[in-house]
Amino acid sequence: MLIPCPYCGPRDLAEYTYQGDATRARPDPATAGQAAWNAYVYERANPAGPHREHWQHAGGCRAHLVVTRDTVSHAVLAVAPARAGEPS
Amino acid sequence: MSPRRAAAGGLVDRDRPVRFTFDGRPYTGFAGDTLASALLASGVTLCGRSFKYHRPRGVFAAGLDEPNALVTVLRGAVREPNVPATQIEIHPGLRVESQNRYPSLAYDVGAVNQLGGPLLAAGFYYKTFMGPVVGPLRGTRFWMLCEKAIRRAAGLGRAGREPDPARYERMNAFCDVLVVGAGPAGLEAAEAAAKAGKRVILAETEPAAGGSALWSGETIGGTPAARWAQERAARLAAMDNVRLLTRTTVWGYYDNNVLAALERVGDHGPAAAPGEPRHRHWTVRAGRVVLATGALERPLVFPGNDRPGVMLAGAAERYAVQYGVLPAARLAVFTNNDGAYRAAAALARAGAEVAAIVDTRSTLSDAARALAAETGAELLSGHAVVATAGRRALSGITVQAFEAAGGRLSGPRRAIAVDGLAVSGGWSPALHLASQAGAAPVWDETRQAFLPPQPSGRGWLAAGAVLGTAGTAEALAEGRMAGRRAAGQRAARSRVPAVAAPALDPHPAEVIAIPAPGKAFVDLQHDVTVEDIRLAHREGFVAAEHVKRYTTLGMATDQGKTSNVPGLAVLAAARGKPLGALGTTRFRPPYAPVSLGALAAERYGHLRPERLTPMHDWHVDNGARMEDAGLWKRPMIYGQPGETVAQAYVREAGRVRAAVGIIDVSTLGKIAVKGPDAAAFLDRVYTNTFSTLPVGKARYGLMLREDGLAMDDGTTWRLGQDDFLMTTTTANAGKVMQHLEYLLDVAWPDMKVHLTSVTDQWAGAALAGPQSRAVLAACVTGTAVDNETLPFMGIVRGAIDGAPVTICRLSFSGERAYEVYCGAGHGLAVWEALMEAGAAHGIVPYGLEALGALRIEKGHVTGAEIDGRTTARDLHLDWMLSKKKPFVGAAMMDREGLTGADRHRLVGVVALDGRPLGGGAHIVERGTAEALGESIGHITACCYSPALQRHIGLALVRGGKARHGSRAHVSDPLRGRFGPVEIVSHHFFDPEGSRMYG
Repeated sequence: MLIPCPYCGPRDLAEYTYQGDATRARPDPATAGQAAWNAYVYERANPAGPHREHWQHAGGCRAHLVVTRDTVSHAVLAVAPARAGEPS
Repeated sequence: MSPRRAAAGGLVDRDRPVRFTFDGRPYTGFAGDTLASALLASGVTLCGRSFKYHRPRGVFAAGLDEPNALVTVLRGAVREPNVPATQIEIHPGLRVESQNRYPSLAYDVGAVNQLGGPLLAAGFYYKTFMGPVVGPLRGTRFWMLCEKAIRRAAGLGRAGREPDPARYERMNAFCDVLVVGAGPAGLEAAEAAAKAGKRVILAETEPAAGGSALWSGETIGGTPAARWAQERAARLAAMDNVRLLTRTTVWGYYDNNVLAALERVGDHGPAAAPGEPRHRHWTVRAGRVVLATGALERPLVFPGNDRPGVMLAGAAERYAVQYGVLPAARLAVFTNNDGAYRAAAALARAGAEVAAIVDTRSTLSDAARALAAETGAELLSGHAVVATAGRRALSGITVQAFEAAGGRLSGPRRAIAVDGLAVSGGWSPALHLASQAGAAPVWDETRQAFLPPQPSGRGWLAAGAVLGTAGTAEALAEGRMAGRRAAGQRAARSRVPAVAAPALDPHPAEVIAIPAPGKAFVDLQHDVTVEDIRLAHREGFVAAEHVKRYTTLGMATDQGKTSNVPGLAVLAAARGKPLGALGTTRFRPPYAPVSLGALAAERYGHLRPERLTPMHDWHVDNGARMEDAGLWKRPMIYGQPGETVAQAYVREAGRVRAAVGIIDVSTLGKIAVKGPDAAAFLDRVYTNTFSTLPVGKARYGLMLREDGLAMDDGTTWRLGQDDFLMTTTTANAGKVMQHLEYLLDVAWPDMKVHLTSVTDQWAGAALAGPQSRAVLAACVTGTAVDNETLPFMGIVRGAIDGAPVTICRLSFSGERAYEVYCGAGHGLAVWEALMEAGAAHGIVPYGLEALGALRIEKGHVTGAEIDGRTTARDLHLDWMLSKKKPFVGAAMMDREGLTGADRHRLVGVVALDGRPLGGGAHIVERGTAEALGESIGHITACCYSPALQRHIGLALVRGGKARHGSRAHVSDPLRGRFGPVEIVSHHFFDPEGSRMYG
């Protein structure tokens, strides 16, 4: 699998670390209840098809990326830096 | 002249004889011969013994689909077993052995297995060697007893025990278009893509490009096909944007058009050329892939179809045309399709006598009849071969009238004396790579073959016989179209060279297996017969996958290249279903065997990098025994002559408590946390507060995971208002860094914080003991180190031996102690200066064992206690949980199940019998040395305490503090240790900390 890092260019899977589901947002500690935290920590969708995931370019620039990946074909559909927010 | 070499013809170089040995006997072939063609030319028909029945076997195919003629190649002391003779190019000095025979190929005692014929049917071993229900040999134990003897009798080649001295290497390659297979379709595709300016890699398994053009006898564009292929390949090889890789098998097709290939660089000569490896493994990233992998001929299945002399018709044609070798002097052809007629004609032209053509079909095409007439053979349409004769070589066949529609044999049986039989049951597209890429093959009734489905568009394209296309002209057109499409051009039809070829009917008859009594083999390499598959079906195995596993059909090194479709046909007939309804098993990598050496390439031996601190050599020079801490090497003890490990650490720890010791702490994870939001960030990631920490002070911090369990601990130093130095445990440095980066990138992207790993930039030494201050005072310049200037948790900057140092007063041992950090380049000099200054105070270097003993005495936790299952409360670190602010893990740490009184919590244990405890040993309330008893926890760390002079340990025990003062037992049956312990507070030594603060 080849992930095009927005900072470094296309790089092999071996340079990346999988960092989990990118569709969940960390609850606001000021307002969130136990159920929201439980969902954030433990509950994951397991879609067959396009899925948004965090991948860290650990062997490169170390940025976290939001990678939209088809879990069936492993095709990488979109990549954006996690810091910039939503992928285009 | 060799007995079977045709007078002329073939692509071998008759001016270059090549000598080699087979089973110790010398033979001569020509340059360009394979071992198979050279042996056939020498009249050798017996090449090996079969896997299960030790039946004599000869050459069956001409390519990598060869199931029978597997041999062992000897290179020096290295043995490479199970290499198809069809894949070995002969060269001077080649030494080859036959396999699975004892004492010799011609007289093999294992052949007695044939007499027990039906005994060794499918599932024989499962059924026979399953032991009784009870007793010492119950169940599979009986099998395990028998397995050794059985394994010796079965099997093929024997691997050597010598290390392989050959060099292997790996290459990565990128191209716009990868064309797999350099037959007519592949050559045309490669040229079309190359002419469009694309970077092209063309990979071919065989030593030369050309594929079927090398033996078809056709003409392409008015030129003999073989020459056309040679010229085309030379033209491609001369192009800058084309890389032609011969002797290269593409064996794996992975996601995103990543393909794996093996190039046999040095196998065709006595040694690899200077600087060249034996094999080269290619990882190719291709924009587009054109599969022009051709097709593999499959046999007809009939009794005695494995006798040496029986051979695929296409293989026989290839031996005659490409190698100028006659596989037999007088042969017959047995076919269900027109393709074998071309082979018959080619064999006749090369000088063989074609006695008969036996065709299961009763109506034949005109082209086939014309070719049959040319050979002068007796044409037996509507007939089948029902038996073969001969022992180590074919001596004759028996034929009978056959009605294809009903599958019935009738009429008298007739014997025909022949020493060769060319067989064709049609062609199976080599769609293995397409299948690996995820395409489910589709059965095509007219072509009688599994075809790759229409490509999805993004990945691969295909051309030629792999699509079920029979003719060369069509293959050329498809090749050019695929090449153009792969290059992103419009797939306009254009003129391809004209091909002169007989107008044969491309579609075979449905027939694959002949219903005559006798042992008819489906999988020649694994000795799987028609009856084995029928038996499997009778015993309830109906799915293709299950039959495959039960009978081992297609599971040999050839992976069923010739047996897959015949096996499915037999199963389909047994089930009374059309073959297409069964589907086929999915092909998986590798397409052909791959040398393990090439996969490993230069990655063997010690692959783990070693991380060494700047003081590493000093430790080694001063008697340290080093131990692994992740990738780091750290001193375990500094042993003195005659000292045991236990004696050494007790001495070292004792010196720390009595005077002063020094330990290398450079391995601790160090992260520079900087920025206007650095303090606020630390408040969020640590359970305790750092924003209130004054500049020039350090604080002990605890981190939780999001799920509320403890993650890591360490001290963080405030060097400036927005400038912190975080330390982590050695083991968790990477994990903590990643955790922090994730939070900053994902959870709090607005925070202005920058993280830098500075673990390797700073060397660190910890001084501990009552005399530690005196040592510093003797060598530090630029700052005072008295209690007022440098109180507990204080930080000062100064210099040692001219090197700038930062000193923080921290203690892990419970003694007055300091951590001294300097730039890594100064590490050794600072260390040596501290040792020199400490000499007057009796300083000793101490290792991890002493460090462990000191921290156990103090009850300080490390990774053994922060094991991913414990909470802050379990470790009595609740005092660090701030109630004034949210932090990572705060929301989850008080969940049900993490707070109960029956949690396993940190305690101390003292051995009451004066014997050592063991890490990982269980604590039980009741029990004996024999009965295990119920575990109430386990020991996480233990040592002999020099301060208490007892064997002590830290443990996680159910109920924790409530058990202080109670008795229990240590139960460690693996190490044979059982004995009484007392459960106590984990603060064994100086619980008030008076030694540390003073």
